[in-house]
Amino acid sequence: MKTTAKLWIGLGILILLSPLGLILPEHFKAGDAWGEWGIDTIKELVGYIPQGLEKLSNLWRAPLPDYAFRGWEEKGLPHLSFAYIISAVIGIGIVVVIVIAIGKLLSKKED
Amino acid sequence: MHIPDGYLGPATCGFFYGLMMLIWMAASKIVKKTLKAQQAPILAISAAFSFVIMMFNVPIPGGSTGHAVGGVLVAILLGPWAACIAVTVALVVQALLFGDGGITAIGANCFNMAVVMPFVGYYIYKAISHNAPFNSNRKVIAAGIAGYIGLNAAAILTGVEFGLQPWLHHTAGGQALYCPYGLNIAVPAMAGEHLLIFGWIEAVVTALVVKYLKKQAPEFFEEG
Repeated sequence: MKTTAKLWIGLGILILLSPLGLILPEHFKAGDAWGEWGIDTIKELVGYIPQGLEKLSNLWRAPLPDYAFRGWEEKGLPHLSFAYIISAVIGIGIVVVIVIAIGKLLSKKED
Repeated sequence: MHIPDGYLGPATCGFFYGLMMLIWMAASKIVKKTLKAQQAPILAISAAFSFVIMMFNVPIPGGSTGHAVGGVLVAILLGPWAACIAVTVALVVQALLFGDGGITAIGANCFNMAVVMPFVGYYIYKAISHNAPFNSNRKVIAAGIAGYIGLNAAAILTGVEFGLQPWLHHTAGGQALYCPYGLNIAVPAMAGEHLLIFGWIEAVVTALVVKYLKKQAPEFFEEG
């Protein structure tokens, strides 16, 4: 088998395993990454909500916020894991299409 | 390490967007000269790998989370300029589609993870593995060290960007307008968790994949 084919399969395995990135933090009661807290957490941490932060924090409505479907925030880990995998598939699909397009524009023609 | 919207003030966001415009232009010129057509699929796989490895959040029990980025790995494979492009695409998609990293902070996040990380890691790899045979263990260890230092360089710079905000932007009463933590808190926090935990994950991922690819696909490496 060609090595690139093996690498694509490897990526597929990583996609299927990706919910570990959701389940392990939950299991070990780990919170947000440092500096990536939501508004409510900030208020708990420092006692007030910085004005600029409050204004900008809702600037962008991502279609799949935190690699989950909108409205699924209260669902359990199995649902969120499923959404995580779908997010990985969609994200990687888009990344690959963009990079192939950039690669076509930038790579030297074969002689 | 994905700075969200609202943590950096307009001056910082604007500065890094401007800087990244120049770097992206330079990157596309340089990659155009050096990227071979058969490397294009590797560039795509690299960007995809970087995207998915960042989804593997690693917990510090009872504390925060962090993740590897893969930026040094891509730089060792394809060179730092190609790595800049691959990681940039991953970060932009993460910000726009998944709200992971703010859209106002795309410039800063790209500078940290798609520029500083691959370039620092790349030159450390080159320095340590200088004159080592292609399949030597020294190259694998060099890759691990480069991954560790590259991720930490990016994390510490992220801490500096956070930490400058209360000094740059605050109300007359002294309340911060954006990130509320100064350099004295932000830098040790970002440096500490990456030096102690997340850097090692980047090191292991970088070294293992380099070891595997050196054996399986030596033709993928720009050093040939």
